[in-house]
Amino acid sequence: MLGLNTKDTRLLLLVIALTMLAPFLLNPFPVDSELAQFNAGYPDLMQRFVIFGIFAIGFNILFGLTGYLSFGHAAFLGVGSYAAIWMMKLLTMNVIPAIIMSVIFAGLFSLLVGWISLRRSGIYFSILTLAFAQMSYALAYSVLTPITGGETGLQAKISDPRILDSNAGEFGRANLFGLQMSENVSLQVGGWDFTFNAGYYVAAFMMIISFYIAIRIFRSPFGMMLRAIKSNQQRLNYTGLNSRPYTLAAFVISGMYAGLAGGLMVAMDTQVGPERMFWTASGEVVLMTILGGAGTLIGPVLGAGMIKYMENIVSKINDTILHQWFSFMPDGLEDFVVTVIHPFIGKGWHLTLGIVFMLVVIFLPGGLMEGGERIAKLFKRKKGSGSGGKDPEHHPTPKPHVA
Amino acid sequence: MGILEVKGVNKRFGGLQALGDVNLDIAEKSVHAIIGPNGAGKSTLLNVLVGKLIPDTGSVTFQGQSVLGRTPFQINQLGISRVFQTPEIFTDLSVLENMLIPCFAKRDGSFRLHAVESIESEKSIIEKAEAMLEEVNMAAKRDMIAGSLSRGDKRRLEMAMCLVQEPKLLLLDEPTAGMARADTNNTIDLLKQIHASRDITMVIIEHDMHVVFSLAQRITVLAQGTPLVEDIPENIKGHPKVKEAYLGESA
Repeated sequence: MLGLNTKDTRLLLLVIALTMLAPFLLNPFPVDSELAQFNAGYPDLMQRFVIFGIFAIGFNILFGLTGYLSFGHAAFLGVGSYAAIWMMKLLTMNVIPAIIMSVIFAGLFSLLVGWISLRRSGIYFSILTLAFAQMSYALAYSVLTPITGGETGLQAKISDPRILDSNAGEFGRANLFGLQMSENVSLQVGGWDFTFNAGYYVAAFMMIISFYIAIRIFRSPFGMMLRAIKSNQQRLNYTGLNSRPYTLAAFVISGMYAGLAGGLMVAMDTQVGPERMFWTASGEVVLMTILGGAGTLIGPVLGAGMIKYMENIVSKINDTILHQWFSFMPDGLEDFVVTVIHPFIGKGWHLTLGIVFMLVVIFLPGGLMEGGERIAKLFKRKKGSGSGGKDPEHHPTPKPHVA
Repeated sequence: MGILEVKGVNKRFGGLQALGDVNLDIAEKSVHAIIGPNGAGKSTLLNVLVGKLIPDTGSVTFQGQSVLGRTPFQINQLGISRVFQTPEIFTDLSVLENMLIPCFAKRDGSFRLHAVESIESEKSIIEKAEAMLEEVNMAAKRDMIAGSLSRGDKRRLEMAMCLVQEPKLLLLDEPTAGMARADTNNTIDLLKQIHASRDITMVIIEHDMHVVFSLAQRITVLAQGTPLVEDIPENIKGHPKVKEAYLGESA
């Protein structure tokens, strides 16, 4: 289907199913049950899942394929966001021009940054991109205040010109030809409450397209060149190929993905601040990609989902909730258990994330995807034993293509 | 006039004269070996030839074009391929993909996204890659990951990657280093077969005299950065200057 082989088609269909059914899948617990706080199926968080999914998919095209570790991708996210908010201020509250311009501007900016940074590789490349991102952040914060709104950032306001909107002056909301991004449809079944949000589906649609393009890039001769760069740049040079244009193309493509994510953020919530470009935001996408599995297709999306889930769910657990959970214990023990868990929850969610990250990197260097693969292998071995099918001890084991 | 001419090349690393007034003239379609004791400047000379090092003085011309100041990928595009001392291949890619990359590069050497391309051209490229794998007896291993190949197979793959580009000049840096005797003999046979079947010039840098005397048509002996003798193998064997360079003055 669409020029994909069976395995990739299945992967794409899986992603489509997961994103379309997310309001159900992420809401496994009834509203008034004690576990309802583990539900992630509310619009705000679901939007963040897919937007950061796009960000991580794009980052993975650079990092996963070429091995160039950029520490400045948040800058492109920020540029995309500023481009989008300006489109909303000047043209229309329709999200289409905002999204298109966010991709274009992020692409242009990444062309400039990539053209300079890609003169170096390894740690020097990482530092150069980090320097660019921090420079962009500082500029947005201070010197460029007329364009970026400085510390307070930019919001869509009633007084904006918005020349394409017929009801200029009237404060509209971000919409897609009249369909407001914040519009919700609720479905109540038994104790469950499912919310379908227009903005989420717009973002999810963009993520599916992004994912499809990423598959095509991974499987194309261009993707093969990028993997060759990661594998042995020396040989590539002695094969008569200049690696620079390839790495630059990968850098710009991943910058455009970041811009798209930035534009979608504005489409969902019409405001921007410079903190979006801070280095922690660049670091976060690195964590997402490594946590999920760099160089795999679906890994970065899983990584993004995991980090955003922990950021929003683990951080909401507080001591009162813990006391409720452990109320069956004797008083002293209950207090003790709560004290032990306390540093890991609420504001301490970073600690939990750090531990999870370390465990994954140490025990599953291929990220969550490697974990999945190992489990799948375990099941296959159990099934295959006795049937005399594939020899599990066969060496060398056939390695999978980039999965 | 040969295909590759080196004239008056000097290269100093600080106080060390790595190459001193090197003159070489390599005849087209010949197999030319460069031998010499450790530290004679063989690898430095090779790095000058492929553009990795720029000599202090002198000129290197390939088919009348200067190679100095060109980057390795530009020199490759002139028609010079290099086989490394330790096989340099794309270890994370499959054997077939390793072959496809030089095939893509050969067409124009420049950048392209390969986004819009007819199925036919890709098919013909894959056929070409498979035919080359067949020639080096590696067709059965086409789907293996290159990093898991044996040392000898890695070397064959690297040679196949160079040859599929149809280079005019093939530089081999100790092609049999670290190989078992049987593998060495296989490599010698393969190189003989390659040389017999196409218009190619080979420059071999080698320690193993068995390899040198089985293959080379001319031999240059390098000592302390300067060519001592250049002659056909028969005359090199008993040459007093060569013995001196290898065994010291007492010999």
